[in-house]
Amino acid sequence: MTAASTGQRLPGYERPPAGVHPPLDYPPYRSTILRAPKQPLLPLPHGRTEVTGPLLGEGRVDPGDADLTTRHAGEPIGERIIVTGRVLDSGGRPVPGTLIEIWQANGAGRYRLDVDSHPAPLDPNFDGAGRCLTDAEGRYRFVTIKPGAYPWGNHHNAWRPAHIHFSVLGRAFTQRLVTAMFFPGDPLFAQDPVFSSVPAAARQRLICRQDLGITEPDWALGYVWDIVLRGPAATLFEPAEDEGEPR
Amino acid sequence: MRLALTPSQTAGPFLAIGLPWADGPYVVPEGAPGAIAIEGTVRDGAGAPVPDALLETWQAAPDGSFAHTAVHGGPRASGFRGFGRCLTGSKGQFRFITLRPGVVPGPDGGIQAPHVDASVFARGLLHRLVTRIYFPDEPAANENDPVLRSIADPARRATLIAAARDGRPGEFRFDIRLQGERETVFFDV
Repeated sequence: MTAASTGQRLPGYERPPAGVHPPLDYPPYRSTILRAPKQPLLPLPHGRTEVTGPLLGEGRVDPGDADLTTRHAGEPIGERIIVTGRVLDSGGRPVPGTLIEIWQANGAGRYRLDVDSHPAPLDPNFDGAGRCLTDAEGRYRFVTIKPGAYPWGNHHNAWRPAHIHFSVLGRAFTQRLVTAMFFPGDPLFAQDPVFSSVPAAARQRLICRQDLGITEPDWALGYVWDIVLRGPAATLFEPAEDEGEPR
Repeated sequence: MRLALTPSQTAGPFLAIGLPWADGPYVVPEGAPGAIAIEGTVRDGAGAPVPDALLETWQAAPDGSFAHTAVHGGPRASGFRGFGRCLTGSKGQFRFITLRPGVVPGPDGGIQAPHVDASVFARGLLHRLVTRIYFPDEPAANENDPVLRSIADPARRATLIAAARDGRPGEFRFDIRLQGERETVFFDV
């Protein structure tokens, strides 16, 4: 029996408040100029397609995929780090069993992709891609190399602060998030339009913290970064969401 | 006490390192019974193809059920993943192999026309774009679909309806224009 035939209601998801996400139209990041839509986004009610999400991951992820330093015969060059945290919804509930995929530059600031023309060395022992599933408490953990900063063509003398790209599937179409994690105290933040596109009050949420409790002595520094996805709306307070929802 | 949400960031120009899956575009294997193809091109505001975008699709099975993770709801459709992921090629092109989605319950006991939700990720997109793909051979269902009906301008509504490919039954074309003339309708979800 489907939800429709049993009369169950699927909860909608909260709408992100202003001040969280960057605007699409943000000319200081030049690539937005021809890619950001000019028409306003139209509201999409949360029906069954939006409050459901794919069951992916099992069979798609090996435990070794979370360690980016052990894929090749030799060890990659750079500062070995541990990056861990939890995926939660805004109500504080863990998001378990969800697929996280990361990609990043190597320790010299070079991506293993043809379109990267930065004349820094490739590392034969580093691909820069990893994936894992969150555990029952929403926890993830990667072992990798701290990525280097790298120049790009956005403006004169433009450099991206070191970052790791994160993709989180979530448990509903509405929760899907692609974001990036940055490192504390990076002096390049102020001149980076991608980081600065985020409303000022929310930027700190993209920055991990170093944690000696996560650090493994004599082996790797540890960083902690939690990711918060949208949670189910308190539908009692959002009767407007009823329209377009399944019954 | 609500936790503050993590902001979005662009997937950037190097998403091809981390996101594509070999079987991503094959929601079902090519040649599976009932398989259809949905293909198209992503273009920017200058009409140039976007060769570094990633599209994701999510949809109901032919019987209207979802293989999903929500706590409430129906059983998972047998073997139907419902999710597709495709990197655009050098000419901005993409192609998914999937099954036709069924009708999905809508408000007031009505239905939503068969549709596929799609997300677009790319360099220059600081947040994913979300659109919907509807089918051209469902005129009655489309006419009554609450989401399509909410779009006042027929020309804009038309950007969400795939085209049947001449002489190729089961093949549909859905072009995505990020900006400018015939800009695709994108949604705030």
